[in-house]
Amino acid sequence: MSNINQVKSEYQKIVDKHSPKNKVFVNSIKAFFIGGIICSLGQILIDSYMFWGLSFPEASTWATDSLIFISAVMTAFNVYDNVGRFGGAGALVPITGFANSMVSAGMEYKKEGYIYGLGAKIFTIAGPVIVFGTISSVIIGIIYYFI
Amino acid sequence: MGHLGKQTITYKTPPVITCAYSSVGPKETQGPMGKYFDHHCKDELLGEDTWEKAEARLVQTTIQGLLDRAHKVPNDIQYIFAGDLQNQVIASTFGIKDFNIPFFGLFGACSTMGESMCLASMAVAGGMADLVMAGTSSHNCAAEKQFRYPLEYAGQRTETQTWTATASGFVLISRCGEGPQITAITPGKIVDLGMTDAFNMGAAMAPAAVDTILTHLEDTNQKPSDFDAIITGDLGNCGIDIAIDVAKRLGTDLSDVLMDCGKLMYDDERQKTNCGASGCGCSASIFTGYFYKELLNRNLKKILLVPTGALMSQGSTQQGNTIPGIAHAVCIEMK
Amino acid sequence: MDLFMQYVKCFTVGGLICVIGQILLDRTKLTNGKVMVLFLVSGAVLQAIGVYGPIVEFAGAGATVPISGFGYTLAKGAMEAVTSDGLLGALSGGLTATASGITVAVVFGYLAALVANPKSKS
Repeated sequence: MSNINQVKSEYQKIVDKHSPKNKVFVNSIKAFFIGGIICSLGQILIDSYMFWGLSFPEASTWATDSLIFISAVMTAFNVYDNVGRFGGAGALVPITGFANSMVSAGMEYKKEGYIYGLGAKIFTIAGPVIVFGTISSVIIGIIYYFI
Repeated sequence: MGHLGKQTITYKTPPVITCAYSSVGPKETQGPMGKYFDHHCKDELLGEDTWEKAEARLVQTTIQGLLDRAHKVPNDIQYIFAGDLQNQVIASTFGIKDFNIPFFGLFGACSTMGESMCLASMAVAGGMADLVMAGTSSHNCAAEKQFRYPLEYAGQRTETQTWTATASGFVLISRCGEGPQITAITPGKIVDLGMTDAFNMGAAMAPAAVDTILTHLEDTNQKPSDFDAIITGDLGNCGIDIAIDVAKRLGTDLSDVLMDCGKLMYDDERQKTNCGASGCGCSASIFTGYFYKELLNRNLKKILLVPTGALMSQGSTQQGNTIPGIAHAVCIEMK
Repeated sequence: MDLFMQYVKCFTVGGLICVIGQILLDRTKLTNGKVMVLFLVSGAVLQAIGVYGPIVEFAGAGATVPISGFGYTLAKGAMEAVTSDGLLGALSGGLTATASGITVAVVFGYLAALVANPKSKS
């Protein structure tokens, strides 16, 4: 009588042997280039805004906002997901990935209504970023106050 | 009819699969099995405005196609056994609603084709019904939305990930008539070897497939070579290798007969599906579209269909639960 | 030439930050959302201990555009507000500094989602 649990102890090894590994090297090169391109686009925007007379912090904020806007438009035109499928973390880690996570969730859940669907689900992926960002800024502010 | 061994039932007067019908989406149409399917949908929405409704329409289309092919009306069908991946099997509900056929809603994850055929054949062989329907469906976009990420989200798919098929398959099971017969079934146990990776479903399901297959062979005192093919549901490219390896360690060589619907569905290189297909509709459509016809044409005489399912919800994996697997075996013979 | 070097630095640093993310995604069990949170908090902490500021000076958008730059802005905002407003600044500074980014994301995110529909992937 064969018992499947006989292989339990070595099963993870069997799985690892047959499961293809993610192509981390190729993916990293792609991520490097996509991430680099998006950041350079941000730099072009910063330089342009500074050329028009804004200070670096202002220009930097405007550049971030512009990238968020560009990402929202690209997501709406069903393009940004392809950038991510190719570039992986190169599309995910920049602020454009944050914007994409909100727009894509909003588009997907629109059919569940404009309030409980779109209005609530827009934060399913991006929500934690805002929550943890806010909490960490407060903690850092308080520590900074006392030292 | 009788109980045999640990968990197998054999039928003295085997129920007959008198008709089968499959519907698939565009990506499945473009795959290597595309030409075998009965109905090809032009797009993933099927004229509906949401993915969920589209899957219900897919179910409805398949059942209507099956009724037309068999020259039956809904009133001829006594029960329908069906399920899908959507929460509370809502695609089956809305797809079946307007036919007014008594409905058993099932959840067996992607093993639902096996579960529904087991129960339907038991109902017929037990004398509870003369003509019943069994089947299931899955929809890529509905599954992505429910289990993974929004479609427009810029995430990368991992190498072990499978592509949920947009597909549906239904069969008509009758007390008598012409066609392949269900001669035995082995309903599967829940098998859990502690896998937790929701992006490697083949690894989660392979032990259940092996367990059910070996149990069926032991209960019925058969060898793998007694079958023309043993066909798992959606283990995918790496899952089937894992299953063969595990079976070998337990002393059974399945390498010559084991096939997998998930491996057959797509051209992984060209269609960028990574590790093959998955979803309830995968085994359902490939059985009804391809293997059923191979049986009818007597290119195959005896197969063991073993749809496989990964039992999980988004909540269960987030809470750190393992992903147990299940597999139901249905022995189908063309006499 | 200075301008060219500035872009080389920006591209390289931005690209490398993304490569770290890619390695985490491919080689650990961390999911996309967790990687984003991890980078954000790392950016905030690195700013708090005085490391991220120099990286921004060196790489410009290469350091501000990744989500870690968002964390940097949050922490920097909180710290500056504490300097000017005292303890209340710890509560208001972070979100004040990032308010426009979050607002743009919410407003245009909502609008974009309102008019656009997801497409099936093949």
